[in-house]
Amino acid sequence: MDADSQAFVRFDKVQKSYDGETLVVKDLNLDIPEGEFLTMLGPSGSGKTTSLMMLAGFEPATHGEIYLGGVSINNVPPNKRGIGMVFQNYALFPHMTVAENLAFPLLVRKMGAAEIEAKVQRALEMVELPQMGGRRPAQLSGGQQQRVAVARALVFDPKLILMDEPLGALDKQLREQMQYEIKHIHENLGVTVVYVTHDQAEALTMSDRIAVFNDGVIQQLSTPDELYERPQNSFVAQFIGENNKLFGKVTKLTDGIATVDLDGGGSVTAAAVNVGGVGERTTLSLRPERVEIEPAKGKTDNAITGEILELIYLGDHIRTRMNVAGNTEFIVKVPNNAGNKPMSEGAKVKVGWQAADCRALDPLS
Amino acid sequence: MSKSEAPLLAADGMPLKEKLARTTRRMKMRAFLLTVPLVLFLLVSFVLPIGQMLYRSFHNPTGSNVVPNFAVAIKDWDADQGIPSDDIVKILVEDMAAARKNREVGKTIGNLATRVNYEIPGSRSLFTKTARRAGRITEGPYFDALVKIDKRWDSPHLWRTLQRVTNDYTIAFYLAATDRKFDESGSIVQADELYRIYLPILWKTIWISALITALCFIIAYPVSYLLSTLPLRTSNLLMILVLLPFWTSLLVRTSAWIAMLQKSGIINNILVYLGIIADESRIQMIYNITGTVISMVHILLPFMILPLYSVMKTIPPSYMRAARSMGASGTYAFTKVYFPQTIPGIAAGTLLVFILAIGYYITPALVGGSDGLLISNLIADHIKKTLNWSLGAALGTILLVVVLVFYWIYNKLVGVDNLKFG
Repeated sequence: MDADSQAFVRFDKVQKSYDGETLVVKDLNLDIPEGEFLTMLGPSGSGKTTSLMMLAGFEPATHGEIYLGGVSINNVPPNKRGIGMVFQNYALFPHMTVAENLAFPLLVRKMGAAEIEAKVQRALEMVELPQMGGRRPAQLSGGQQQRVAVARALVFDPKLILMDEPLGALDKQLREQMQYEIKHIHENLGVTVVYVTHDQAEALTMSDRIAVFNDGVIQQLSTPDELYERPQNSFVAQFIGENNKLFGKVTKLTDGIATVDLDGGGSVTAAAVNVGGVGERTTLSLRPERVEIEPAKGKTDNAITGEILELIYLGDHIRTRMNVAGNTEFIVKVPNNAGNKPMSEGAKVKVGWQAADCRALDPLS
Repeated sequence: MSKSEAPLLAADGMPLKEKLARTTRRMKMRAFLLTVPLVLFLLVSFVLPIGQMLYRSFHNPTGSNVVPNFAVAIKDWDADQGIPSDDIVKILVEDMAAARKNREVGKTIGNLATRVNYEIPGSRSLFTKTARRAGRITEGPYFDALVKIDKRWDSPHLWRTLQRVTNDYTIAFYLAATDRKFDESGSIVQADELYRIYLPILWKTIWISALITALCFIIAYPVSYLLSTLPLRTSNLLMILVLLPFWTSLLVRTSAWIAMLQKSGIINNILVYLGIIADESRIQMIYNITGTVISMVHILLPFMILPLYSVMKTIPPSYMRAARSMGASGTYAFTKVYFPQTIPGIAAGTLLVFILAIGYYITPALVGGSDGLLISNLIADHIKKTLNWSLGAALGTILLVVVLVFYWIYNKLVGVDNLKFG
């Protein structure tokens, strides 16, 4: 049972149903080692927040066990779990000052006044708001409230912090800044963080590992680069980053390379990742930046003809929307290089890519 | 910006402030016009009558209406002399003789008799009798002539009272409303114990209102909490049940309580049927304070639930969850985090219920019996039955002041800005 003792947080065959008819979380198995920053990523209704609430103790698991530090916590009330939590709307108590908010978990633990004051001040300094202790939450900006919420979750030195879409209410610039700050706090303190978000950029920026949720099931659990470069199924490929889809039927499988007849005409080769046998349908996933326009002959494994539908100038690259094998939403990012030939809408050009960059995945209707 | 700096100018050189005022004037005018009908309505139907009633509580011209010349003559008389000079008495005799012939409403000798009777009970006949014979007195000394008609005229107390009564402005009705009166020497004293009715009823009204408010709060708080936490569909259904009484006539609801609570009513019948009480010892639950309290708690309950509900609905469950995640037990989280945030709703609800209860009229009148009557029932009595409007007005004014005092205390304790009615 060595593997067990290493996992700090462990979901073991956890299921959750609210109405007794449908499962919101289906058979969740997840091990989180101590000190990891794990993100639960998925669309709304995918079961990620429910999983977090079960870990926090606000929702009971319908089936299965949740372990914290090797101990089952299914029957431990939330106030005995010692887990810090940051909520989407911050949940700062409006009738208390910032300092009183931070002192709350310490008062509950019956700490001395001097110790509380020192800890509160240290927490405020950690989030760079040392002068704000006397203010009310409503007098702070959204970003400041966010920082106070993080400080409050950390002030009583919990081993585990849960964050439920904590940056959802902030504007884009502030959100990105806070992403780095939370990441740095995590690195400095070494606490374990379980972070829930539906924003894939946020997940990629901050996480050690990402668990992609859909339909109550973890679709893929891996590091950010792995997730982007090697999605295991069509949902993940579609959900993380920009993705071109091509549909077709497998005609040949050799050495992990599948030859696929596209529905829109033409035959291409792709890395066989998640396909059935010959004759089965498949969805090809291809990142826009891995497609080349007018490749030199023989440079790419595949080359088929497409029509340019729209050109959008974005400075560093030109976003080109094309019709390739019947997919009119086929996007190619053409780098803005000096030697590029000018393109025009309506022109028919060759597009090419390496077989390894194109992944044959499960058929997505 | 320093003060010496010139004011900002708009593009056409006009000061910016003036320009702004000019452009917003139209909008303000429009807003005002929209409220004109309401303002007029309130003025005619609310402000003027109430102002008139308040005025009536200290202004009563009955005396000077009946004996106008005497009222002027006795105004500067020093009451410590005991009996006024014969010149003044002569004027009274002439005025009374004239008043006897007067048939104008409010100016007959009977009006004066009633007015003096408020101050000196039993003096009514003195005036009617004297007025009848006043015409026959033709020469002085007039005082002796009056005493000859009735010995009661030989009383400094009577003349002192007459001076007071013929003065249009009086605090007599406020004294009466607080169970006080002028004694024979003209100083203010408490009424005899037997005649003290208004202050005891006012205190009773205040504590019954407080009791009703407290009961409403105890019942409404858990219900509102449930309403605010249930899923929308269920809470909507329950909300309809809460609001249902509003769609029923007040009279019907109160009558329903009579059917429930009376001696041969549903509750007593059930208790007897179950053998809990004997048939001959049925409980008296109506036509007393109990009946008033039960039915008023029922009627005023929605006024407590609605503000509480509207405040509780705005408190996201994440506050309690945050408190729990930080280690607080359920009770601790409730008292430190949830309860303080509901205070604006509690303040609004209790203030609303208390103010409604303190002035409630119809329910105590129907189910209160003689024991459960409140101050408003006495006010109504004076307006409708005894026709002593000035006393009714004085009682009403005292009630208004009591409400304002409670409002002021509330403002000190919770702050009116914190009130949330919905």
